[in-house]
Amino acid sequence: MNSVPAVDQYPGVEPLRPWAVTRSTRLKNLSRLAVFAFVAFLVTIITPLAKFDGWAVAFLLINVAWVVGQNSRLGAKERRDAVLRVVFTSLAVVAFVPWLSIFVTVLLKGYRAIYPGYFFSDMRTSTPEDEFNIGGAGHAIVGSLIMVAIATVITLPLGILSGIYLTEVRGRMTFLVRFIVQSMAGVPSVVAGLFIFTTVVQPMGKYSGMAGGLALAVLMLPTVSRTAEEVLKLVPDDLRSAGYALGARQWRTAIMVVLPTVKSGLITAGILGIARVIGETAPLLLTSLNTNGFVWNPAGGTVASLPTYIFSMFMYGTEYSAARAWTGSLVLLVLVFGFFTLARRLGATAAQTAKTDSRKARNLKKKS
Amino acid sequence: MVVVYSRADKIFRRIVTAGALTSLMLLGLIAAFLIFRSWDTFSQFGFKFITGSEWFSAGEDPLGGATTALVEAQDASVFSIGPMIVGSLVVALIAMFLAVPLSVGGALYIEFYAPKGIYRVLVTLLDLAAAIPSLIFGLWGIQIFTPIGVRWATLLNDRLGFIPIFSVEFENFARSPFVAGCVLAALVVPITTSVAREVYSRTPRDLIDTCFALGGTKWGAIRSVVIPYGKSGVIAGAMLGLGRALGETVAIYLMLNLVFDYSNEILDSAGGNVASMIALKFGEATDKEISALIAAGLVLFVITLIVNMIASSIVQRSTPRA
Amino acid sequence: MTQQNADTTTTVPQRADAAPDFRGLETRGAHAWFGTHHALADVSLRFPERTVTGLIGPSGCGKSTFIRLLNRMHEFIPSAAMAGEILLNGSDIYDPLEDPASIRLKVGMVFQKPNPFPAMTIRENVLAGIKLAHLKRDNHDDIVEQCLSRAGLWKEVKDRLGAYGGSLSGGQQQRLCIARSLAVEPQVLLMDEPCSALDPGSTLRIEETIRELAEKITVVIVTHNMQQASRVSDFCAFFLTDGGPGYLVEADATRKIFTNPGDSRTADYVQGKFG
Repeated sequence: MNSVPAVDQYPGVEPLRPWAVTRSTRLKNLSRLAVFAFVAFLVTIITPLAKFDGWAVAFLLINVAWVVGQNSRLGAKERRDAVLRVVFTSLAVVAFVPWLSIFVTVLLKGYRAIYPGYFFSDMRTSTPEDEFNIGGAGHAIVGSLIMVAIATVITLPLGILSGIYLTEVRGRMTFLVRFIVQSMAGVPSVVAGLFIFTTVVQPMGKYSGMAGGLALAVLMLPTVSRTAEEVLKLVPDDLRSAGYALGARQWRTAIMVVLPTVKSGLITAGILGIARVIGETAPLLLTSLNTNGFVWNPAGGTVASLPTYIFSMFMYGTEYSAARAWTGSLVLLVLVFGFFTLARRLGATAAQTAKTDSRKARNLKKKS
Repeated sequence: MVVVYSRADKIFRRIVTAGALTSLMLLGLIAAFLIFRSWDTFSQFGFKFITGSEWFSAGEDPLGGATTALVEAQDASVFSIGPMIVGSLVVALIAMFLAVPLSVGGALYIEFYAPKGIYRVLVTLLDLAAAIPSLIFGLWGIQIFTPIGVRWATLLNDRLGFIPIFSVEFENFARSPFVAGCVLAALVVPITTSVAREVYSRTPRDLIDTCFALGGTKWGAIRSVVIPYGKSGVIAGAMLGLGRALGETVAIYLMLNLVFDYSNEILDSAGGNVASMIALKFGEATDKEISALIAAGLVLFVITLIVNMIASSIVQRSTPRA
Repeated sequence: MTQQNADTTTTVPQRADAAPDFRGLETRGAHAWFGTHHALADVSLRFPERTVTGLIGPSGCGKSTFIRLLNRMHEFIPSAAMAGEILLNGSDIYDPLEDPASIRLKVGMVFQKPNPFPAMTIRENVLAGIKLAHLKRDNHDDIVEQCLSRAGLWKEVKDRLGAYGGSLSGGQQQRLCIARSLAVEPQVLLMDEPCSALDPGSTLRIEETIRELAEKITVVIVTHNMQQASRVSDFCAFFLTDGGPGYLVEADATRKIFTNPGDSRTADYVQGKFG
């Protein structure tokens, strides 16, 4: 008893998980589900429940019935727990099915009209009903990118400034600014379009990419401000006090110490904002409309954009135009998800940098 | 720590403050311009603009010059959006009625039931779903969901037709508030679910452990700790979703027949929505009609702003306790 | 494996007749892992009925892991694994046919930080376990009074049972948590450093409570406070780690551990030379 047990030398002792579901139980569960699935299928044949959704309802009801029956010999507690497990699982499935269906639909319907020219051609010399190897959405992609760029150039500095205000300056209106930014996130996109229509389009006398970009900026600002604030909050106070301890003024600390630390995080804020607005349709229907050719001048009249391109192709209503709309949706979705993934990637790096930098700062303080 | 502000600091603070105040000013400007431009409409129709149910205008291009004859003809125009406001509320409420249980159930499943292996997948999928543009929800709604929705509507009408809201005059269920509301629910669910999941994930672990230590089941822990703890957060998330549902434009535009008539039959192929009415009427609107559309935008703006302010005040009130 | 371990079982009370039909909680060769990390190795201990056993040792030596093993809370950590046997009155609590919830009903737990349910009143907190475990009881008022009295809180709160648990002081909250655990009538109560977040006065009150509880139930308490271990426990078990898994150094009557321990490291630890 007094001897030290040799570390990690316990012959014959193996880690066990007696609480885990065993393989045979899992197999049994799976085969039970398969049987239930088949029974549910039979139910759809002989009752008014029909198609996939009817099958799903039947499947759910059979499962609940089985759970209740199976656990009736146990207490009410176990029965209720098991029933709610089935209920929550089915709610989750119902919640997730539409999005999965959308992903699949966009892929299946969207790939048909894709060819390299889709990204480079416009619709000046082709009609929506032409074969898929003529015409494309290049002009719409370019238009979208120009408008999003305009929106980014405007909102990124403003969003970062309001983030700095909320985290560094912490002035008297902190509460109000945060409250308004949060409320602005809910401004309906069509209202943003109306606002720019009355303030920009009407005075200028024409629709333009500039107006579209400004409308997107209104919608983008809350996302950028909020993300920037959250990113700046990640900067630990250690780092700021290290700046002050070295005799730096507040503005120098903010610009030389705080901002570089969260550079990638602030870029994330911009990218998230882009992902948020690149698919907006309603404000563009009121500000930049749609056109068939490339337009490079933001002040030069109506501009096509991916969303309005998709919208008008779909409203055109023929089989071929609808296919073009779906392809546009595929491109749009890929763009949105691409930006989104990029933002997540960068965001993770940002959090990491903030952490290492705070460690450096602490060491710095210890030394001084 | 005492920080002495130098002159440079003061300039820095002023610049930053000015930047932050731009957001405030922007919101103020939006409100001011909407009020300014809709003044004509409100002064002409007053409260009737909100309660009335007639929209009639003579044609003219808003950017072209107006001829005298057309301007005179426009005096016969009548603008009011009562059915659209009611319709917006009806569709949004149908959506929330479906979305809230789905979100709560989905969020609880992800946080407490999902196997470790698919947890990350589900969370990523949730984030991506929240980023799908509403336009794509609209396309999907028309081409994929409508036949399913119509079947559900038929079934509801068949079995529950004796209840007034499920009765219809003509058996044409496509482009009805019910089908549009279902698509809107699919659109709102990612937003409300990710808020709910976030809130539930912050439930203190030792409170949940305590429930288990008292012989409780998972459901017991969820009911007595997780749900009460996350209540205000979930309500705030639902309000955010409601704001989104009320302001949605293109998806509804594609999914709903706009009819200027009060109707309490949600399965009937006729409904209303302020946002998509603006988009629909905008293309061929006369100058006067534009003013009326901006007035409609103002009404929508005020409604969603109130909903969102309620949501963010709930969020701000509940954050310190978390 | 079991047989091999049976020889080395450290029987806390040196009672010869305890072996075959031992009443109380017993572990035989208990191990715990988190993923590939071996957290606890080969602990064989007996906790006889109606005694208080203190688990002492430096941080990170697996004491908390050990007591979470005793009421099947260990398995909530996704990568967790275990080995060995844990017996309550002779039956294995990890038997696949056992319902973990009913085990936890018999082996209750009080946590480090006082954590009354925030959305419930004092009364509802005490009765929470009865509701959670779906126990059929109709004398709710009696249960509330009895449990709060046993936790030493009744006199202080009897006039405000409708107040929220959060309105109490830290020490009162912890005694409310003890009362909450008592309401489901556990046979064993596990306490994971129940006083570490409390002031000295509240700590003493809780220690009194623990002594009174031991008249009816078995108490296992993890503590970093040597004085506390010597004040409340009948038996002490000393855990240690050498960088690898935590293990049991020795277990004996508290007085023996503190005056004449069998192992020099125990002596060093209780005299405050390390840890």
